[in-house]
Amino acid sequence: MHRSRRSEALELGSLERRLLNDFQHHLPLTPAPYAEIAAQLGTSEEAVLAALQELQGAGAVSRVGAVFRTHRVGASTLAAMAVPPERLEEVAALVSGYDAVNHNYEREHRINLWFVATAADDTQLTQVLNDIEQRSGIAVMALPMLEDFHIDLGFELKWT
Amino acid sequence: MDMNALPRMHAENITDADRRLVTAIQHGLPLVSHPYAALGAQCGLSEEEVITRLTALLANGTIKRLGVVVRHRELGYRANAMVVWDIPDERVSELGHCIGRFEFVTLCYRRPRRLPAWPYNLFCMIHGQDRDAVLERVQQIEQHCQIAEVPHEVLFSRRRFKQRGAIYAPVQHGITV
Repeated sequence: MHRSRRSEALELGSLERRLLNDFQHHLPLTPAPYAEIAAQLGTSEEAVLAALQELQGAGAVSRVGAVFRTHRVGASTLAAMAVPPERLEEVAALVSGYDAVNHNYEREHRINLWFVATAADDTQLTQVLNDIEQRSGIAVMALPMLEDFHIDLGFELKWT
Repeated sequence: MDMNALPRMHAENITDADRRLVTAIQHGLPLVSHPYAALGAQCGLSEEEVITRLTALLANGTIKRLGVVVRHRELGYRANAMVVWDIPDERVSELGHCIGRFEFVTLCYRRPRRLPAWPYNLFCMIHGQDRDAVLERVQQIEQHCQIAEVPHEVLFSRRRFKQRGAIYAPVQHGITV
């Protein structure tokens, strides 16, 4: 993908590093949050916005926004399929084609295709999974979250 | 496919306005001087209402965090593994909390077993700069939580076919990325 190629060459200055590491949570809930971040970092609002735009363009930042606790809004589940290796690309493309699917990975296991599906409610979610099962002819194993043990404090980045 | 275990919606405390706000914010905050005002304009709320509601959604835990959402792989964290354990049901809560506390664990969930194909009931996600770094972290967890003898598997990711924020809006609203 063009995007990830660009980011391999991504060079991070100290402003970028601090934006990435220090603001994964507690974005100021004030009318001009980027100006407030800028004040904390001793720079201008314009510089913060430009850096965030560049990080987003390079693919290092997916968005500045909210991470929702699973299941508090709508319905979602992790799902997995054991896809014959020769069909993996085809089935992965089929799965990724759904708006309801937001993560889709190949993992090293006999059960090799893992994705997260999200919909407005359980009925729509079930429809999506059934549809994938029917179109691919491969069973879909639904593994919904039952209990969340993780407290999301963001992820501490270690620079090499 | 057993869908009985699908979770129920916890929508009791979510108002219509919240729902519109959630729909508007799922692609991220606009990178403009007054993002909450811009967001409000998209969903018919004032800047003040947006800030008040986001504050409430954070306080009641609907939103886990508000901030910069990084993509690990692009930042040099090339290895990520889903580590799964088959933990006796009566110990899963205790050990889940033990594992979920590590700063390098980005998710830690209990999920149903799907026997016989899938015996594992605790799932966590670990990112690292390479495979060895991830395996070292798995060992660290095993030692600290004393679960070296618990059956587990490490499923490294190979290819990423798709990654973006979740979209909760009904399909008929036509939201796409």
